[in-house]
Amino acid sequence: MFVFESGNVAAATGVRLARVQVIAAYPITPQTPLTEKLSEYVDSGSFDAEYVAVESEHSALAVCIGASSTSARTFTATSANGLLYMAEQLHWTAGARLPMVMCVVNRAVGAPFNIWNDHQDSISQRDTGWIQIYAKDHQEILDTVIKAYRLSEEVCIPVMVCYDGYYLSHTYMPYDVPDQVAVDAFLPPYEYRHTLGPNNPTSLNTVTLPGGRPDIHGEFAPGYMELRHNLHMEMKQAIDIYTRIDGEFAEIIGRGGNPIAEKHLCDDAEYVAVALGSMANQIKDVVVRLRDDGLKVGLLALSLYRPFPSEFLAAELADRKGVIVFEKALSFGHSGTVCADLQAALYPCASRPPVWNYILGLGGRSYQSADFYDAIRDCVERGSAKFDNPGWIGLGR
Amino acid sequence: MPTENLRVLTSASYAGPGDAGRTGSWRVLRPVIDYTKCAPAKTGKPACFFCWLYCPDSVVSKTLQPQINLEYCKGCGICAEECPPKAITMVEESKFSGADDR
Amino acid sequence: MEEKKTTVLNLTDEEFVYPGNRACTGCGLNILYRIGLKAIGRDAILVVPPSCLTVMQGLYPITSTQLSVLNVTFASTAAAASGVKAALRAQKNDHTQVVAWAGDGGTADIGIQALSGAIERGEDFLYICYDNEGYMNTGVQRSGTTPQGALTANTSINGKRERSKDVPAIVAAHSPAYVATCSAAYPMDFHDKIKKALSLKGLKYIHAHTPCPPGWAMEERMAVAIGRLAVSTGIYVLYEIEGGEMRLSEPSAKLLGKKKLPPVSEYLEAQGRFKALGKEAVEKLQQEVDAKWAAYRRQHDVALAARGPQS
Repeated sequence: MFVFESGNVAAATGVRLARVQVIAAYPITPQTPLTEKLSEYVDSGSFDAEYVAVESEHSALAVCIGASSTSARTFTATSANGLLYMAEQLHWTAGARLPMVMCVVNRAVGAPFNIWNDHQDSISQRDTGWIQIYAKDHQEILDTVIKAYRLSEEVCIPVMVCYDGYYLSHTYMPYDVPDQVAVDAFLPPYEYRHTLGPNNPTSLNTVTLPGGRPDIHGEFAPGYMELRHNLHMEMKQAIDIYTRIDGEFAEIIGRGGNPIAEKHLCDDAEYVAVALGSMANQIKDVVVRLRDDGLKVGLLALSLYRPFPSEFLAAELADRKGVIVFEKALSFGHSGTVCADLQAALYPCASRPPVWNYILGLGGRSYQSADFYDAIRDCVERGSAKFDNPGWIGLGR
Repeated sequence: MPTENLRVLTSASYAGPGDAGRTGSWRVLRPVIDYTKCAPAKTGKPACFFCWLYCPDSVVSKTLQPQINLEYCKGCGICAEECPPKAITMVEESKFSGADDR
Repeated sequence: MEEKKTTVLNLTDEEFVYPGNRACTGCGLNILYRIGLKAIGRDAILVVPPSCLTVMQGLYPITSTQLSVLNVTFASTAAAASGVKAALRAQKNDHTQVVAWAGDGGTADIGIQALSGAIERGEDFLYICYDNEGYMNTGVQRSGTTPQGALTANTSINGKRERSKDVPAIVAAHSPAYVATCSAAYPMDFHDKIKKALSLKGLKYIHAHTPCPPGWAMEERMAVAIGRLAVSTGIYVLYEIEGGEMRLSEPSAKLLGKKKLPPVSEYLEAQGRFKALGKEAVEKLQQEVDAKWAAYRRQHDVALAARGPQS
């Protein structure tokens, strides 16, 4: 069924279709319409879930940690400083290998106070052990929330579904809402494998030594480092698992096919632009215009940022003449974070294209299609000639 | 549920005695019960059991002749302090040969 | 209405905590935990933040507790317990009890926001704070409940300058279903208050005074005796608050009949942590305790008069 609604409502719809059992949230702009909608569903009785209106984001994730450990499918959502207030809980969730989905409605981080969009919030939390997927339109938001539960529960790693504040959260687009029956066929009920309770008493997240030690049966149990290594290795497997899950989603729901990244006019492209989130949709039109001008340019709209699809990107990009990465976040004193990750992925390749980096849109600074057009053109025409890397779009505007 | 080939390591622990080892080795003083003074032992009827009640480490049995599990008794002496007829004395560990204890 | 009192003789000898755990010798928490779990039973999920109790639980993969325990971050105890409860509600499980068990730092300081939020939301679980009056697990630093004048690792010269937080009063100001204070020196009282709390719906809060031999600088064998002195000298008061009404519990209530309580100096002098307290400070504390008990006696007399001659 096609509807015309906001991105926040698309996320709420995905949460309801996923039959989430426990929702905990604390208000923060621009996430609020999402959680307001969920509380409305629950209050009206149209959605059989527990809604816990907590007193902080730290507690929101704590509620989800408690509930997920007790075998309930859980959801929370936040933005910006709210996400950062969760920081220790983010690590805790991943370390405890708790399945969970959280929507991060991307917003700039203070200080100074700023409620507008960029990606600094979620990008700065990339090393917490959460899977990060960036949606670029409302359909992707809805579908990704549902697929993220499958993925999270199969790999026992929490998933952030990130989408741009205002650009997606508050704008309206038509999108298809799948049938509940179809979603149920795709997403089985959740059960945590160490579930708490009297039947099989377990202590979860107990103090763990640097090295291993024998358990009550004398069998050797690993230490902290093995637990971390295991999280890393199994998170890497999430790339293939997500690809399979996306295929199953496509079979049942009839949509999908680009779980890692969507390629646009990439096949014969000499230069490829890379971007996360809603920017990528805008760049699609820019690429068409550049093609009209005779420049062989394509777009790679990256969805899966953690685990980082290094092999996929190396295979796609190693033989191009140049790669241009547009980003709404950076690692201060270094470069855009996606760019740095991409450069590392390309480093082992025999032929490596130059990678140019542009920072834009911080704190909601406006940008237009012409900015992408000029930036890509500049890279193509100047080739490997030196210029500031990263370049900044829109400074002084 | 997790995909089959994943191990999903977490620090999920299960209950068992002696996580800290044989904590009897922490002991400097050993509780020794004089059953001629101990109320339940003397009367042959359930009574008192303060040594059992107040023991932080659940090493005293709730029996007519309370027994102390010396493998784990840390030797705090609360049982001796709380015993109404003062039937328990704390004796220096060095006074024992070590054959029947740790 | 009165619950059947538990006595040493009818208290179950089933144990829920294994010996050989990592609690210090003579640990007051270990007494509370052992007796408390007898009251809670096996159909329960405990939620525990970092504290001495975390260490006492044991190191992966062995734990001393025979119940399910969810270890959570320091500030999140009451919120995580809310999550466990929400999951049980979603699963239509109305029998498994949720019990949050935190220290005074985890309750009075870093965890107070989550606790306040949980009480305000009317969450249905029991929250137990074992108050050993300091950050004992990290090496005896001051906490919000460390008494004025006590020496700690970071108030090591003159003792803590500030007064302690009255956490049960802060909790009571939220009007939860039940508030009670307990002491490790009165395990039966603790046991029966847990039983009562678990029979009530809503948030129940129990604050338990917990002697700590290394933290309080006292002989291990004196842990229970000194805990009892805190109550008998009137410094620490055992009470319950239900439906807004405060009632002294038996060990404290029987002090009402006494003209004069033993001096607080008996309690203070038994512990090394109070050795920086001057004579004046002790006298001031004695006056405060006397005033507190004078007020209790007045309230008691008023209540007796209101009940009429037949009682």
